Amino acid sequence: MTDRPTAGAPTPTAWALFVTFFTIALSGFGGTLPFARRTLVERKAWLTPEDFTETLSLCQTLPGPNIVNMSIVVGARACGWRGSVAASVGLVGAPVIIVIVLGMLYSRFGALGMVRHALLGLGASASGLIVATAARMAEPLLRGRPWLAAPFILVAFAAVAILRLPLPYVLVVLGPLSIAAAWFWKRNRA
Amino acid sequence: MKTSDTLVALAVQFTALSLVAFGGANAVIPEMHRQAVDVNHWMTNQDFAALFAIAQAAPGPNFLVTTLIGWKAAGLAGALVATAAMCGPSCLLTFWVARAWDRYRETAWRSAIGAGLAPVTVGFVCSSAFVLVRAADTGWKLAIVTAASAGVAYFTKLNPLWCLLAAGILGVLGLLA
Repeated sequence: MTDRPTAGAPTPTAWALFVTFFTIALSGFGGTLPFARRTLVERKAWLTPEDFTETLSLCQTLPGPNIVNMSIVVGARACGWRGSVAASVGLVGAPVIIVIVLGMLYSRFGALGMVRHALLGLGASASGLIVATAARMAEPLLRGRPWLAAPFILVAFAAVAILRLPLPYVLVVLGPLSIAAAWFWKRNRA
Repeated sequence: MKTSDTLVALAVQFTALSLVAFGGANAVIPEMHRQAVDVNHWMTNQDFAALFAIAQAAPGPNFLVTTLIGWKAAGLAGALVATAAMCGPSCLLTFWVARAWDRYRETAWRSAIGAGLAPVTVGFVCSSAFVLVRAADTGWKLAIVTAASAGVAYFTKLNPLWCLLAAGILGVLGLLA
């Protein structure tokens, strides 16, 4: 993949990858993806808009945190495994340290009335944000192919949220069924 | 449980989650919750809600709740083991697949995989929302905060950090207890 032409910008070095993803991580309050796009496509021009969309869809098809996967792919294209390591460590390193420090503060001061009350509010709000994420993800599917998507959404939800079955097992059973359904649906439309 | 046992449990659990986390970390929250609260008793429901909130409020990718679960279960070593286990396997897979990607870009089976996994992933993210709301909302005032945040995030383009900030301030003022 390293021989693939990018947006005409010079191929980034491992150090440039590290610094860029470091910046993306620390700027990405409330979601890193929009900032990643602005940096990689508009500011650095390492990827064309089409490249970015296509790379993102690859990263979303694969398991794992999308933005971490993206750092791996962008790094690998620029300079092989060294690029992947530089980009992903740049992305993950600082946030992990910050969050560990926050965890220490939580265990030290989490029982204090004021901190406890602040965290009650934060927790309630954070869970609301995930409700919105779920709704935003569900909407296009339910609009596009409701009778195909809704049963799988409902069964996955019932199995994991209500029955509390282990998620990997649910995925191993439902995943292939849903992929087969999508396969036949696409073939019948073609 | 001995610390070394806990570290092994963290490594095994998050390695498995790494490879099934289609749609990112938000999709596997229910399984993290099941393991950390129900199975291994590393923390209470309230702890889980608080740690998730801290991870959301911190800068960076949203899988950081993994780091905090590891940290709560087994200290610094736990945090590092959980983080490495959550990122490592999927990173290796991505690195390997990215090289073959161009060859399969337009194939029908690849788009079928994407289209097929999407509804299951959405079902998982809905489960995450359900688990988190139940852990966080211990009173009606908190339920209102959840509903308001969800509404703002769904209907506007406002940075979600403002919701967290406002809710934190309401909490500090003692209006939510």
